[in-house]
Amino acid sequence: MTLDLRMAWRNLWRHKRRTWLTATAMIFSNVLLIFMISLQLGSYDMMINNTLQAFSGHLQVQHDGYNHNPKLRTSIPSVLALAEQVRQALPGAGVTARAAAFALASSELRSVGIQVIGVQPDHEPRVSTLPGLVQEGRFLQDPDAAEIVIGGVLARNLKVTTGDELTLLGSGRDGSFAAGVVTVVGIFNSSSVDMDRSLAEIPLGYFQDTFAMEGHGNSIAISTDNLEQIPAASGRVNNIIAGQDALVLLDWTALHPGLQQAIKADFSSAWFMYGVLIILVAFSVLNTQLMSVLERTREFGVITALGIKPSRLASLVMLETALMAAIGLAIGVLLGALVALYFNAAGFSYPGMDEMAVRFNLPASIYPSVSVISLLLGPAVVFLFCLLASIYPALRLFRLRPVEAMRAV
Amino acid sequence: MSSSHLPFGAMSRLAWRNLWRNHRRTAIMLLAIAVGVWAMIFMTALMRGMVDQMIEDGIDALPGQVQVHHPAFRDDPSIDHRIPQPDAGKARGLQSPEVSGWTSRLRVPAMISSERNNRGVTLLGVDPQGEIALGFDPHSIIEGRFLESVDDNGLVVGAKLLERLETRLGKRVVVMSQDPENNIADRGFRIVGVYKAKLSSLEEAFIYGGLTTIQALLEVPGEVSEIAVTGHDYRDIDAVYRLVSGVYGEGFETLPWMELETYLGMMLKMMDGFVLVWIIVIFLALSFGLANTLMMAVFERIREIGLMQALGMKPSAILYQILLESLMLLTLGLLAGNVLAVASILPVQDGIDVSAVAEGMEMMGASSVLYPALKLKDLLMANTVVIVLGILTSLLPAWRASQYRPVEAIAKI
Repeated sequence: MTLDLRMAWRNLWRHKRRTWLTATAMIFSNVLLIFMISLQLGSYDMMINNTLQAFSGHLQVQHDGYNHNPKLRTSIPSVLALAEQVRQALPGAGVTARAAAFALASSELRSVGIQVIGVQPDHEPRVSTLPGLVQEGRFLQDPDAAEIVIGGVLARNLKVTTGDELTLLGSGRDGSFAAGVVTVVGIFNSSSVDMDRSLAEIPLGYFQDTFAMEGHGNSIAISTDNLEQIPAASGRVNNIIAGQDALVLLDWTALHPGLQQAIKADFSSAWFMYGVLIILVAFSVLNTQLMSVLERTREFGVITALGIKPSRLASLVMLETALMAAIGLAIGVLLGALVALYFNAAGFSYPGMDEMAVRFNLPASIYPSVSVISLLLGPAVVFLFCLLASIYPALRLFRLRPVEAMRAV
Repeated sequence: MSSSHLPFGAMSRLAWRNLWRNHRRTAIMLLAIAVGVWAMIFMTALMRGMVDQMIEDGIDALPGQVQVHHPAFRDDPSIDHRIPQPDAGKARGLQSPEVSGWTSRLRVPAMISSERNNRGVTLLGVDPQGEIALGFDPHSIIEGRFLESVDDNGLVVGAKLLERLETRLGKRVVVMSQDPENNIADRGFRIVGVYKAKLSSLEEAFIYGGLTTIQALLEVPGEVSEIAVTGHDYRDIDAVYRLVSGVYGEGFETLPWMELETYLGMMLKMMDGFVLVWIIVIFLALSFGLANTLMMAVFERIREIGLMQALGMKPSAILYQILLESLMLLTLGLLAGNVLAVASILPVQDGIDVSAVAEGMEMMGASSVLYPALKLKDLLMANTVVIVLGILTSLLPAWRASQYRPVEAIAKI
């Protein structure tokens, strides 16, 4: 085997320039793949985390059917007690109970239809970044106070500022007329114009009084430290709600189907591109190895005449390819890692990206994620395809007839 | 070619034959070029198609390629910021061959309530004929009818909103908004039609009423929120934009769609860059194989080349000959690639269904059916890049071949 290895290595350098050209093709595609994949994975992570942290959390307990068709009536009884129970079961996580209704918010000058969320002032900041984005005034404090926090665009449209009063008109859980007068205590500015335009938060206790909730709420949002903790947290929460048939636990893929699908769509179109790149490199390897087999017909003829089996020659050719691909892999991963690390520190952006980034809850520059997967996934596939490409040249060796081969030019 | 001793015909015959001396190698390289070119064109057509569709849908939803508003309207879209409905003079001004349609509409935030639910929406007071001219597809009405005139008393809502409100066609709903005096203006409407939009977020957002009816409700007769004008080609709206700015001068804000929907404007601008980067990346991946193939072809002919030089063939003729070989290879590959691309795009002209990721596409602002758009511009770009850069790549091996010293070359094995 060591003999074969040495032979393969020497054979590789009989055509230095050809070997390097082929290896460079691999290096080029490896670096490109590492860059693209680490950029993709980095942006997916950010997209998911930013979206989930903005409001929804990683998991939510809801009444069955609420997610598809959110209605005030599709609610969770004794929501505060249940939220407390979940909180006990998940010590590290953020857990907050919420209720949500549509209401007409009127200032002295204006009226706008908005979504009003009842939140637990103590716990909301652990799940959502919104409380932290209050730039004017403060976030809610008292769970029963007639106070409201609204978005910056909404404040502008209603022509109100902190200290002003708003009237909320809507209908309660029992269908009754719901009305309340609340004081604006804080104004938040998130990166989402939609949220800033049409979202407002009031204390859950006050919400429950105003909208005749009788202790009900619409959701319990749970925020874990990262995506990996979701399965464990789900298990515990499912145990708690197991007795109540009407309640379901939804993870982020159900809460934001668009997010997962956008990632899926992006991933499949990206893999089409990667696939083309990899196939082109494989063609290059196929061509090189075929040439290297054909030009050695005579030599191979002599060796087979001396009693070496074609299978050994075939594995020699495969070994040559593997060595070449290993060079491409090593240098490619090295350079790719440098590129990824550089952008991981400096951030990557291109003109116009901020416009697109806002749409996906991304910052104006993306930081590629550097991990074993992002560094090795692409190059490993390239390596595999290069080996596959050398199968055809290797198989040709089995058709070699020693006598004819020795006569070949 | 004047420097060569061989006539062009003989040289090209030589190049052609040389190309097929090692038919396997040439075939593999051809296949690689064809696949590369196919990928360039196919992917570009898909991306173009997606962006075109996004922009067209976006402009239909705006609607119009150019819009006129009160200068403060876009920041604060309320009833306070309205403009007069175009009078006869302005209407004449907008009558021009560049303009394919225009309409004026009231657009205010409102609250819609059914017996069971309520939602915040955008109430549009429209002229039905004008809406249709600007891209509202009457076929998108899935139940009932679209509005018939400006004083239609009915209301047309989106299918998704109907579901949210738990109501039905023919039922009454209450629409609440505000008049300029800050009084609540509300009125019952019968739902006469239900529409389906490509993006379900639009279905939830917009409800349509007759312009005159809504003007009466809000007590703003003869006034509107926006004027939307559309031309023939959304890529070339300078003429329309100039015309509208001419009719509406000071005191109005006239903006083209790229500035109304900056995301879409940016997409259109960035597409050309994306396409070029994609084509060049694919070419680079191809170029290594191309250089290798030519190098091998030269290498195995060193003796032969030396002999030809010894017989009096000039180095430049050898250079041309290798380049000609490369050009033939590239042309054949391009031909195959182009045919492949067109052949794969034609069967999917009617759209590729990607509804499995519909909500994801909606996040990007795209609909769930992709229509590939094969553009001559992109086709030319791909072909030019491959030919020009391909010849550049072949220069090195060709030049090396022309630099062999005859005696040494012949002595090589």
